[in-house]
Amino acid sequence: MSTLPLFRRPKTAAIKPEASLDANYSSQWRLIYLRFKKHKLARISMVILGALYAIALFAQFLAPYGLESYDSKYVNAPPMMLRFVDADGKFHIRPFVYELKSGRDPETMRKIFETNTEKRYSLQFFAKGEEYKFLGLFQTTTRLFGVEQPGRLFILGTDAMGRDLFSRIVLGSQISLSIPLVGVGISFVIGLIIGSISGYFGGWLDSLIQRIIEIIRSFPTLPLWMALSAAIPPRIPIVTLYFYIVLIFALIGWTDLARVVRGKFISLKNEDYVVAAKIAGVGDAKIIMKHLLPGFISYLVVATTLAIPGMILAETAMSFLGLGIRSPATSWGVLLQEAQQIENIALYPWKLFPLGIVILTVLTYNFLGDGLRDAADPYKK
Amino acid sequence: MTKPILDVVHLHKDYQTKSKTALFGKPKNVRVLNDISFELFEGETLSIVGESGCGKTTLGRCIVKGISASSGEVIYHTEEEERVDFLKLKGKEAKKLRRDIQMIFQDPYSSLSPRMSVYDIISEPLVANFKLKKSEIDDKVADIAEKTGLNTSYLKRYPHAFSGGQRQRIAIARALITQPRLIVCDEAVSALDVSIQAQIINLLKDLQEQFRITYIFISHDLSIVQNISDRVAVMHLGRIVELASTDALFGSPKHPYTEALMSAVPQPDPERQKSRIILEGEVPNPANPPSGCHFHPRCVYRTDKCVQQAPELREIGDRHYAACHYAEELNLRGVQDESASIG
Repeated sequence: MSTLPLFRRPKTAAIKPEASLDANYSSQWRLIYLRFKKHKLARISMVILGALYAIALFAQFLAPYGLESYDSKYVNAPPMMLRFVDADGKFHIRPFVYELKSGRDPETMRKIFETNTEKRYSLQFFAKGEEYKFLGLFQTTTRLFGVEQPGRLFILGTDAMGRDLFSRIVLGSQISLSIPLVGVGISFVIGLIIGSISGYFGGWLDSLIQRIIEIIRSFPTLPLWMALSAAIPPRIPIVTLYFYIVLIFALIGWTDLARVVRGKFISLKNEDYVVAAKIAGVGDAKIIMKHLLPGFISYLVVATTLAIPGMILAETAMSFLGLGIRSPATSWGVLLQEAQQIENIALYPWKLFPLGIVILTVLTYNFLGDGLRDAADPYKK
Repeated sequence: MTKPILDVVHLHKDYQTKSKTALFGKPKNVRVLNDISFELFEGETLSIVGESGCGKTTLGRCIVKGISASSGEVIYHTEEEERVDFLKLKGKEAKKLRRDIQMIFQDPYSSLSPRMSVYDIISEPLVANFKLKKSEIDDKVADIAEKTGLNTSYLKRYPHAFSGGQRQRIAIARALITQPRLIVCDEAVSALDVSIQAQIINLLKDLQEQFRITYIFISHDLSIVQNISDRVAVMHLGRIVELASTDALFGSPKHPYTEALMSAVPQPDPERQKSRIILEGEVPNPANPPSGCHFHPRCVYRTDKCVQQAPELREIGDRHYAACHYAEELNLRGVQDESASIG
C-alpha cells in the first residue's frame, strides 16, 4: 500500500518524498514504534522478556540437570556459592564450588550441609551432562555449564527430592511462559471473531453474546478451574494435559478481548471516515479490513499483552493448587507447591525463588503493556 | 428551471431510545426527520439551514445512504433519465449510483482516516467503483489534486501532516474523484476559519461551474448560504418549515422561524440598529414535540390554532413553500440590507 514510486508519469515524478523518515510520511505502525521507543521502562521490559523467552527456548541446554534427575543425598540443599577465591585466599580465574557434605545435626537430627573446603570443583562450560534433545532436533549431552562428576552444582539449592531448583526453574519456564502465550493467542482469535460479530451486527445477537459473556464472567474462577481440571482424565501424556490446560484458560479468557473488540467496533463504525468509505461505495469486507481492523488492532495488541500476566498468574495458581501441570513436568506453579508448607519456607527459604521469577515476568509484561498502550493511538494528542 | 436530479419524497427517520429509568421500559420513538419532501434540480445549490439538532445532518446522511431512512423515497434521476429509488437499491445497482452521489463532511479531522496516506484516501472511491489500471488511478488522483489545489508532491503524506483547510481540500478531492453529479456538503466549511472558508467556497463554486455539480449545502452560517445558494430550505425539529429561492427567503420570509433566523445574520454596518429577535424558551425536545405547530411555544405570532393544528408545508407563492397558518397574513422582516451581506 505504501510502496514507492507512486506515479509513473514524468509530470508527477516529484511525488517521491525526499525524506521518508519524516513523520508526515509515517504510517500508523511507524508512529506507534516511534512512540514506543520513547517509553524507557517498556523497552527495558521488552529486553528482559526477550531474554526470558530465549532462556525458555534453550532451557535444556542452559539447565545443568534434566527434568528427571534427582539425588536423595542432596535433599533440601541450600544454594551454593560460586567462588573465585578459595579458603587459602588464592584467586582462581575459573569459578568453582566446594564439595557439599551432608550430615546430621546431633541435637535436632536434622539434615545439614557443610562445605568441604578440601575439594574444589571448577565450573566447566559446554560440560557433558545427561542426554537430551537439542530443540527437539538431535541428541546431545553438551550443556552450557556444569561441574565434573561426582561434584554437584546447585546454584539455587535443591528441593525435597534433591532436584536442582535452578534447572527446574529454567525448564519450568517453558511451560509457564508458553501456556499464557498460546492461551492468549486462542482467546485472541475467539475474542476477535465473537467480538466482531457482536459489534458489527448489533441488535439481538449483540445482546445475546453480551449476556453469555456476563454469565461466563460471573463464574467464580477457582471452582471453575477445579471443575474443569477434574474433567481432565488422569494419566494422560504431558502434551495432551498441556493442551487441555491452555484450552481452559482460553475458554475463560476470551471474554475480555471480545468486549474490547466489540467496543472498538461500535465506536469506529460511526466514525466519519468509515461512513465516508461506505458512501464512496467501498464494500463491507473491505471496510472491515482497511478501516475498522487497523483502527483497533493496536488496542487489541495492548489488551492481549495485558492479559498475559493474568494468565501467567492463573497457571501458577492452578499448578500451585495441584490442578495444573503434574510431575515430572514442571512449571513455576508446581515449584511453588513446596512453598505451601510453612516449615519449607522457614527452613529452606530458597524454595521461594520461583516466586521472584513469576513477579519479574508479570511486572515486565505489565510495563510492556503500559508502553504499548501509550503508543497505541499515535493520533491522540 | 432545468431538469430535476433528485426527488425526496416523504422521508422519515426515527430513532429508538431506551428509557434510562426503567429496566424493561418500552423504547421510545424519536422522529428526527418528519415527512421531508423536496425536489432538487441539476446544477443548483440547495442550502439546508436550521439550528443544531433540527435534523440537517441526518437528512444529508439519509440522502447519501450513510444511514438508512425509516421510510420514504429518494428518487434519483440518472443521466439516462431513468428514475430510481436510491434508498431501495441494493448490491450492484446501488454501487453504480454511489459514484454519482458523494458527500463532504463537516469535520476534516474525523472524516479522513489517519491510517491511510492521502493518495489512498483520494483514490479509495475510484478503487471501489471502477476497475482501473494503477497508472490511470495515478493520473486521476494527480489531476483532481491539482484541481482542488493540493500539492501533488504531498500525496504520500498522511492526513496528520495537513492543516484543516488542506484536509478539507483532500475531502473534496475524494468526493470529486468519481465525477459525481450530486454532492452533499454537510457543514463543509464550518470547521474552518473564515479566510479558508472563502477559499473552499470559491473552490466549490468553480468546480460546480466546471462539472455542473448539484450541491445540497447543509449549513447554519446564513451569510455563506446567502452567498452561494440558489434555493434555501429552513428546517425546524425534523420538518422543512420554509423552502424558497434565496432572494425570496432572505428578502421576505414567510415563516416566523425564518424571520428569527434572519435577524441573527450579522450586520456589518455598526450604525444600523440591531433588531435581533431572541426566541423565547428552549429548543423543543424532539422526543416529546409540542402539539400543533412545533414552533408555537417560541413563536411571537402564535394563536390557538397554532397550538391545536399542525400546519402543512404549502406553496404560497412562486415556488415559495412555507408551513405556517398565517404565511400570507404576516408581514415578516428579512435581511434588511441586501448589499450588506457578504460571503
